[in-house]
Amino acid sequence: MLRIINGEVYDPLNGVNGEVRDVCVADGKIVSEAPEGKVIDAQGMILMPGGIEFHAHVAGGKVNAGRKMRPEDHREMPIPRTPLTRSGVGHTVPSTFATGYHFAQLGYTTVMEAAGPPLGARHVHEELNDIPILDKGFFVLMGNNYFVLKYIAEGDFARLKDYVAWLLEATGGYAIKIVNPAGVDTWKWGRNVNSLDDPADTFPVTPRQIVFNLARVQQELGLPHTIHVHCNNLGVPGNAQITLQTMQAVGDLPIHITHVQFNGYGGTGWGDFCSGAPELAAYVNEHKNVTVDMGQVVFGPVTTMTADGPWQYRLYQLSGHKWVNSDVEMETSAGIVPYRFSKRNAVNAVQWAVGLELALLIEDPWRVFLTTDHPNGGPFHAYPDIIKLLMDRDHRAEVLEGVHRGAQKRSSLKDLHREYSLFEIAIITRAGPARALGLRQKGHLGPGADADITIYPKAADPKEMFARPRYVIKAGEIVAQDGRIVKDKPGRTFYVALGYDRQIESAIRDDFEKYYTVSFENYPVQFDHYLPHRVAVACARE
Amino acid sequence: MPDGKLILIAGRSLKQGTGLNKGKDSPEYREAVTTVEMNGGDMTRLGLQDGDLVKIKTSHGEATAKCRGAELPEGMAFIAYGPPSSCLIGAETHASGMPDSKGFEVEMERIS
Amino acid sequence: MQIDHVVCAFCGGVCDDLTVTLEDGRVTGVKQACALGRAWLLGHSAETGQPPALIDGQPASLEQAVEVAAQILSQARYPLIYGLSSTYCEAQRQAVALADLLGATIDCCTSVCHGPSGIAMQAVGEPTCTLGEVKNRADLLIYWGSNPAESHPLHFARYAVTPRGLFTPRGRKDRTVVLVDVRPTASARAADIFLQIKPGRDFECLWALRALIRGLDLEEGAVADTGLTLAQLQDLAGRMKSCRFGVLFVGQGLTQSRGKQMNTAAAFMLVRDLYAHTKFAVIPMRGHGNVTGIDNVLSWQTGYPFGVNFSRGYPRFNPGEFTAVDVLGRGEADAALIMASDPVATLPRVAGQRLAQIPTVALDTHGSETTKVAKVIITTAPAGISAEGTIYRMDNVPLRLRKFLPSPYPSDEEVLGRIVERVTRLRGGTAVRREA
Repeated sequence: MLRIINGEVYDPLNGVNGEVRDVCVADGKIVSEAPEGKVIDAQGMILMPGGIEFHAHVAGGKVNAGRKMRPEDHREMPIPRTPLTRSGVGHTVPSTFATGYHFAQLGYTTVMEAAGPPLGARHVHEELNDIPILDKGFFVLMGNNYFVLKYIAEGDFARLKDYVAWLLEATGGYAIKIVNPAGVDTWKWGRNVNSLDDPADTFPVTPRQIVFNLARVQQELGLPHTIHVHCNNLGVPGNAQITLQTMQAVGDLPIHITHVQFNGYGGTGWGDFCSGAPELAAYVNEHKNVTVDMGQVVFGPVTTMTADGPWQYRLYQLSGHKWVNSDVEMETSAGIVPYRFSKRNAVNAVQWAVGLELALLIEDPWRVFLTTDHPNGGPFHAYPDIIKLLMDRDHRAEVLEGVHRGAQKRSSLKDLHREYSLFEIAIITRAGPARALGLRQKGHLGPGADADITIYPKAADPKEMFARPRYVIKAGEIVAQDGRIVKDKPGRTFYVALGYDRQIESAIRDDFEKYYTVSFENYPVQFDHYLPHRVAVACARE
Repeated sequence: MPDGKLILIAGRSLKQGTGLNKGKDSPEYREAVTTVEMNGGDMTRLGLQDGDLVKIKTSHGEATAKCRGAELPEGMAFIAYGPPSSCLIGAETHASGMPDSKGFEVEMERIS
Repeated sequence: MQIDHVVCAFCGGVCDDLTVTLEDGRVTGVKQACALGRAWLLGHSAETGQPPALIDGQPASLEQAVEVAAQILSQARYPLIYGLSSTYCEAQRQAVALADLLGATIDCCTSVCHGPSGIAMQAVGEPTCTLGEVKNRADLLIYWGSNPAESHPLHFARYAVTPRGLFTPRGRKDRTVVLVDVRPTASARAADIFLQIKPGRDFECLWALRALIRGLDLEEGAVADTGLTLAQLQDLAGRMKSCRFGVLFVGQGLTQSRGKQMNTAAAFMLVRDLYAHTKFAVIPMRGHGNVTGIDNVLSWQTGYPFGVNFSRGYPRFNPGEFTAVDVLGRGEADAALIMASDPVATLPRVAGQRLAQIPTVALDTHGSETTKVAKVIITTAPAGISAEGTIYRMDNVPLRLRKFLPSPYPSDEEVLGRIVERVTRLRGGTAVRREA
């Protein structure tokens, strides 16, 4: 048992905004009273629920190919072993142990892997299990899946729904991820789509149909998280229009647009490249069914990696850097290209401004989350820097002065004076992601919540404060103290518990056996082995 | 090629692969890894017949193997991976981790 | 008893549709397997009659062997852990944990197999795909320095040449198969076109193809050394540009010959260039067992795929410095733990000789050239027969190996776990943390 006294508490889900309160812990949960046990005096400190990484690439085949291809990245940040912890490497594509420690050191206690191919689900879980301390889950790539396209083409919504449920169970996954719908399917012949009405190749279905149908599936299955969409035309000038159309395509159905910065551009080419943030923010402000995460750019080296194979090829052509492509049968693709965001580059400067603009222009902090799309926009360990940019407009203006003038001329950033409060930071880094993920025991400090608590020393400089929590508590145990890991333990994996019609297995078996190269029986992951510490999250059917 | 000089390729063979599953001391494995194959013309040139024992030499070591005619280009010999082939390979990897395992010059002479 | 959908752990093809018949605790029948898989399953399910352990040639208990192994490794100044291909990822994770704990060097069979392909990937990247994409889409297959007929015998039938796929409904008739090698291997029979190049001239051939694909004019003399005519190269370049979906399979003929990583880098760049014309992929024909798995485990735990050294307390990578052939060949390693491979039979002789000079601990399912020179031998249960865990196919698809036959011997994972625990205590640490 543990009692944390005298701390200033920021717990937005329970409406607590900086009041001094005691927080008590027993058996890994928040409780209303803890009569005995250790006491932490948090006088002069700030308490928040443990941070929730909403969208990062931390585990699985694509991430590991990124690690393998970048020895030069690892050499920037070697991490020695200690008597308690394993060694590793950090920076843009950290090793698994380093990923867990580094997130925990920043006060984060949950991480969602943003994109895993079903065929590689075992690999995703093997790595998640080697990410210590954190709780986690993974989003399953479905937007270019053979059976998804097939059932949409056939207009068989019942089968589509059962297939999605079956696939989530077969992979131990958490949510529906859609990446460049239809585009990745055409990439398998070296092509791409560029409008919501361009058809896929394997079946003649459009991005519009894919997004709409999967949004309906999500609702009807009652999945805890909405569809998680990486839009078409990511990275290219003028793509804010297709982002807007994608949101419109689902009507009132819930949708999450991920790393919206990368899909928030105006202009018609690199010459007139500019921000498209105001228009997108206006739409989001008016539509409560939409959530977004920032995908903020951080100046410096990154490793770009997505299932958006055609975009990664284009980025290879633009940058000339080394390039990995990996097409996965029947399901998806992946591409990886190292990159460096430069302050002196006009396009990069605008990209940096767009992320901040979106966070500042979207009024409701419950519907915009702090991410860098790690390691695409920047490494997650840059979060304290971004928080400072959001909280301190003078600092923001100063940084803006130091980057390419394009950021001032081609975005509205210089005119935005909003400053995030600590309460709002607690929303975009914890409470909001927890709510959007449907993780009811996460992101708050009310009785019954998981006792994941971050205690920051109060400081004038938010960067300093958020970079080094005094204590990080995971499931009731102190795991990090003053930037040092003091307890290493495995975290848990969230999956969704679903009911569905088992007939779907016989419906897909014939095509599966013809076109996959693994046996149908060997495809599903074995939960006892790959999700040894698992937590089922219930689905609320309508 | 001067007398006795051949380019040796070491590689996998089906018999070496199945033999190793029967055990490294099994006659199948021994047979598979102690057979060197070469072109019929080279065998004639070196005065060799199928089944003759030859000594294969490099600057790193030597090995004994039984020779056999096979469809190979002139001047080339093939041996399956195994203890004899490893005697012929040096540990220099030129900063790659990989020794020069294929396509090096050997000297071959008949010993029986 | 009959067991279906058995996953075969012998080669990198990892077929997963074998049927195994068990009678009286023995494998008596194997269906759907190639000669290699059949030999593996039959050879490794027979009772070996080996004692659980041997120390200096004398039978010993597992506890005694673990104790001596832990003492040897923790007293060494520059221990080497090597092998790891014929085992599963859960055991490989323990091996990396042990290396981390000891400050050891850890290397795997990758370094003498497709290590140069890994180095090439670090230099230029790698456009690749899973084998199902080959089955479903490929109309041009090029095998370069690779002999699947003998190394991956079911590869042609299951994945590449003959199967009918989504966009290749006529199977073999929809594809053109090219073999490039220095000799007409057994795989030549499966090829429509065989191109015999001169040994050690792979790079020159690949570079000439790059030039032709970029539309540069070459003179006949420029390719005189390759063993091919300009017309042959032009024909191949034309086929590569005009196919719908091409795949270049690269084998050890590239990685082990003059040029090594330069050869594979040239192959990867050639495929990259082809994206200006069509869709193409390159797939290294990774070989033995779960060598792709150890590559993955090392990469996610340390950031580096092979040749990793922990002597400074954190992982460092340097092929040629921390790779087994070099560490042994230069006489640097002063103790070794070898598992699931037989370096004395396969590495250069001086490397094997070093293993005989130093105290070597060997974990294997049965006797090998390496167990003949080892000080401590621990018999373990064979992966995919009597021990279960994850295996990665050569295209990085993970599958689950099952255990269907009881074994009197412990698994690799269990033995390594015990050694990790014992070394931790010898080092004054407390209990070991990480479980499955």
